[in-house]
Amino acid sequence: MVFKQVSSPHGHARQKTGEIMQLVVLATLPGFLVLTYQFGWGLLINLLIATLSAISAEALVLKLRNRPIDFYLRDYSAVVTAVLLALALPPLAPWWLVVVATVFSIVIAKQLYGGLGSNPFNPAMVGYVVALISFPIEMTTWVTPISLLAADISHPGLLESLAIVFTDNSPVDGVTGATPLDLFKHNDGLLVEQIYQNNTLFSRASFAGVGWEWANVAFLIGGLALLKARVFTWHGPMAMLGTLALMSMLFWDGGSSNSPGSPIMHLFSGASMLGAFFIVTDPVSSTVSNRGRLIYGALIGLLVYVIRAWGSYPDAVAFAVLLGNFAAPFIDNYTVPRTYGHDKSRRATAKEKSE
Amino acid sequence: MRQIWNTPGGVHPPDNKEQSLTKNIGHLPLPEKLILPLTQHAGTAAKTCVVVGEKVLKGQKLASASAGISAAVHAPSSGWITAIEERSVAHPSGMSAACIEITCDGEDRWIERVSYPNYQQASAMQLRDLIADAGIAGLGGAGFPSAIKLDSGTKKPIDTLIINATECEPYITADDILICERADQIIQGIDIVSHLLGKPKTILIGIENNKPEAIAALNQHCQGTGIEVVYFPTKYPSGGEKQLIYILTGKEVPSGQLPADLGMVCLNSGTAFAIKRAVIDGEPLISRITTLAGEACGVNRNYEILIGTPVSHLLQHNNFDQALCSRLIMGGPMMGFSLASSEVPLIKTSTCILAPSHTEIPDDEPPQPCIRCGLCSEACPASLLPQQLYWYSRAKDHERLQSHNLFDCIECGACSYVCPSNIPLVQYYRSSKGDITNALATKATAAISRERFEFRQVRLEKADIARESKREARRLNTEQAKKMSPSTTQSTGSSAADIIKAAQLRGITKQASPEQQKAKLQRTLLAAQMRLEEAQQRLVQVTNKGSAHQQAQQLASVEAARRKVEQTTQRLTEVSH
Repeated sequence: MVFKQVSSPHGHARQKTGEIMQLVVLATLPGFLVLTYQFGWGLLINLLIATLSAISAEALVLKLRNRPIDFYLRDYSAVVTAVLLALALPPLAPWWLVVVATVFSIVIAKQLYGGLGSNPFNPAMVGYVVALISFPIEMTTWVTPISLLAADISHPGLLESLAIVFTDNSPVDGVTGATPLDLFKHNDGLLVEQIYQNNTLFSRASFAGVGWEWANVAFLIGGLALLKARVFTWHGPMAMLGTLALMSMLFWDGGSSNSPGSPIMHLFSGASMLGAFFIVTDPVSSTVSNRGRLIYGALIGLLVYVIRAWGSYPDAVAFAVLLGNFAAPFIDNYTVPRTYGHDKSRRATAKEKSE
Repeated sequence: MRQIWNTPGGVHPPDNKEQSLTKNIGHLPLPEKLILPLTQHAGTAAKTCVVVGEKVLKGQKLASASAGISAAVHAPSSGWITAIEERSVAHPSGMSAACIEITCDGEDRWIERVSYPNYQQASAMQLRDLIADAGIAGLGGAGFPSAIKLDSGTKKPIDTLIINATECEPYITADDILICERADQIIQGIDIVSHLLGKPKTILIGIENNKPEAIAALNQHCQGTGIEVVYFPTKYPSGGEKQLIYILTGKEVPSGQLPADLGMVCLNSGTAFAIKRAVIDGEPLISRITTLAGEACGVNRNYEILIGTPVSHLLQHNNFDQALCSRLIMGGPMMGFSLASSEVPLIKTSTCILAPSHTEIPDDEPPQPCIRCGLCSEACPASLLPQQLYWYSRAKDHERLQSHNLFDCIECGACSYVCPSNIPLVQYYRSSKGDITNALATKATAAISRERFEFRQVRLEKADIARESKREARRLNTEQAKKMSPSTTQSTGSSAADIIKAAQLRGITKQASPEQQKAKLQRTLLAAQMRLEEAQQRLVQVTNKGSAHQQAQQLASVEAARRKVEQTTQRLTEVSH
C-alpha cells in the first residue's frame, strides 16, 4: 500500500492567521461604537471608504504581482489596516483624504515591500502620517463630541454626512472644535486647574476629556480581550502605557501652566489606548522577543510623550510608532532570548567562533 | 513531593490516548516473513554474521555491533535467512537500506538463553557487555545504543538516573500500558542499571500526570526501593531528554554536551524493561510494545510486536481501511514521520503506528505569509526565535541561523503546530541544518587541500634553492679545474666524459633507495600521527566547552588527520614489501 508523504508535525492548532486578523477587527468594535456615538456618522463613512479602497488596492496589486487574489485577501490584513485608519482619521474628513491614506498604506507601505509580513513599517501609520503631513488642515479638523454640542445643534445626519464627505463641504461651525490634547498644546499661561474649569471638554468630563476618555476605555477593553485571547503578549502595550504614565508623572509639574497634563489625561486621550493595543502590537513591524517588545513599547511611550509635550503635534502615536519601527531591528539584535543550554543570550549578529 | 521546574514554551495538543488504552497488550499471529534492517538505532549499521540459507533460532544474533556507535540485531523468531539485501525501511526519506529477511518456520524455537538472575554479583563491565550483546537501543524513539550511554558511567561518576516515562506525544500509550501491566519488571530493570552505574544517589521516574494508573502502579512497586516517582503537568514536549532533565532537576544540559557531563543518565522506561529481559531472562531485544492508533484502524490498542514485523501485517489484523486513511505515520503526530509504504518493518524505535482519518488529521492547508506573530517563540521549549530562524532559513543566511542557535532546535514541532499561517517551520530547520553541515564538511576538505598545497609549495621552493646551490658549487668546481688544467683541448674531451659520468651518478643517487623512501615515509607517518593526536586533543577541548558547530569542525579535521595516517601506513607497508 502506498501513502502520502508529509513532514511532521501532523496536525495543527486551530487558530489561523485570517482568524487572528478578524479577532483584531472585532476587538475594535467597542471603541468604534463609542466613537460613533460621540462623533456621529463620519466614523462609519470613514470605515466604508477605507475598507473598500483597501480591498480594491490590495486586489489590484496582487493581480499586478500575479498572486492569487482570493487566497491573500482572506488573510484580512487589508481590512485591519482599513479599520485602524478609519478609527484614526477625523470623522467627516473628505473622501479623498481617506482614499489617499488607505491606498498609500496598502500599496506603498505594504505591497511594494512584498506584502503581508514583509513591511518594515506599520502600513496604517504610514498612511496616517502621509495624510497628516500633506493635508494638515483636513487632518486636524475634529468633530465636537455629542455631549458638548449646544442644545440646538446636532451632528449631521447620515445623508448630510455623506454630502459633507463627498462634496467636500466643511462641516458647519459649532460642530468642530479642539481636542483635549490641543488644549494643552496651545495653552498660554493657564494652570491645569484653570484649563479644566474653563473648558467644557474637561469640566464635563468624567476623568480625562469628554469623548476621548470613553473611547480610550473602550479600546482598552478590546485590547484586554485580545490579550486574553493570546493574540499578543502584555509586554509591548504595558511598556508603552507604563512609560507614558511615568513620563507624565515626572513632568506633571504640580499642574503649573507649564505642565503638559496629568498621567490620566495622557493615558486616556488621543490614540493612547488604540496605539498601545492595536498599533504597538502589530507583530510584523515590531520587535520579535518579549524583552525586545518591552524596550520597543517603552521607546514608543517615551516618544509619544516627548512629541506631545515638546513637539509641534498635539498627538504623536503615529510618529512614535514609525520611529519605533525604525529601531526594531536594532533592538532585536540585542534582545535574542537565552537558549536552553547556553549561559547567556547572544547577539543576533554574533559570529560563530572558529578555530 | 520533589520540586519540579517549569520549562518555557510547550503546547497542549489533544491527548488522544484513551482510544488505545481500552484493551490490554495484544499479540499478533507470527508473520510469514520478518525484515530486520541493520540500522535500527542511532549510529552505524551492524555487521551481518549469518548467510542466506542459514537456519536461525529465535534470539540468535544475526548481525553484531560494528565499531563505534552501533547495536546488534537478533532473530525475533526461528526460520531461514532468505535474503540479505536492500529493502525500503522506515525513514523520513523513504530510503532503502540493508536488511536481513527471515522466513519464519512457525516453530518459534528459542536458542539457548544465558541469563543472570543474580546480576548483583556481576561486574558493571559484564552487565554492560550483556546489554550491548542484547542489541538494546533507546526504545523511546531516538534509538541510541544503551550500552554506550551506560558506558559514560565509567568516565564520570553518575549521581542521577532518570527514567523517562513521560510519553508526551499524543496517541502513544506504549510506555503507559507497559508500566500498568509490567511495572515490577521495569523496576527490576532500573535496579540493574542502578547496580551497573554504581548506585546513583538519586533515581527518578518522570511521568506526566495524564497517566494516573501508571503512576499508581509505579508508586506501588517503588515503595522502599529509593526510587522516586515524579509526576508533573502534561505539556508537549516534556518528554524530550533535555526538557525532562530540566523539569526534574532544574539543570540544563549545556549546548553540545551530554547529560553524562552533568552526572546524569536518562533512559526510557521501555528500555529499562528491555534491560531486565536481557539480563534476567537472557532474551535479547526482539520485541517491543507498539501502539496502533487512528480512526482508519478498526481496533486501537497496544501490541507486543516482534521487531521486523511489516507494518502491513499489523494493519491487516486490525481492520485497516486505506480509503479512510489520510497518511500513515510511524511515531506520534508531533515528531513521527509519514511512511510511503506499509511494507516497511517495525523496528526497535517504533513507538507507534498512527493511521488517522481525513477528519482526524486533515491535509495541510497552503502556507500563508509569516506575520511574526510570535506564537512560535511562545511555544518553543528551547527559547529560540522560530520566526527569525524561518526568515534566515529562507534567505540561506547560515551565519544568522547559527547566531540564533539553530542547532539547539530539537525539532519537536511545537512551532509548526501553533503557526497560524501553516508554515512547515521544522522542515525549514531540518533542511538548513543539513545545508550547514554539508557546507562545514566542504570547508574542512578545502582547508586540508589548502594545507597540502602550501606544504608542497614550500617543499618545491626548498628543492629549488638546494638545486641552485648545488649548481653554484659545481660551477665553482669546474672553474677551479679549468684553472688547474694546462691543456684546454684535452680537458674538453675528458670533461665531457666526466659530465656524462657525473650525470649517471646523479641519476642513481636521485632514485632514492628503498631505505631512504622508507625513512621518509616514517617521518611523514610520525608527523601525521602527531597532527592526529593534536586534533584529538582539540576535539576533547571543544567537546567540553565549544559549540556544536566547533565540534563538527574539529571532528572533520580529526577525520582528515586519521585518513592521512592510514594512507601513510599503507604506503609504508607497500614499500616495506
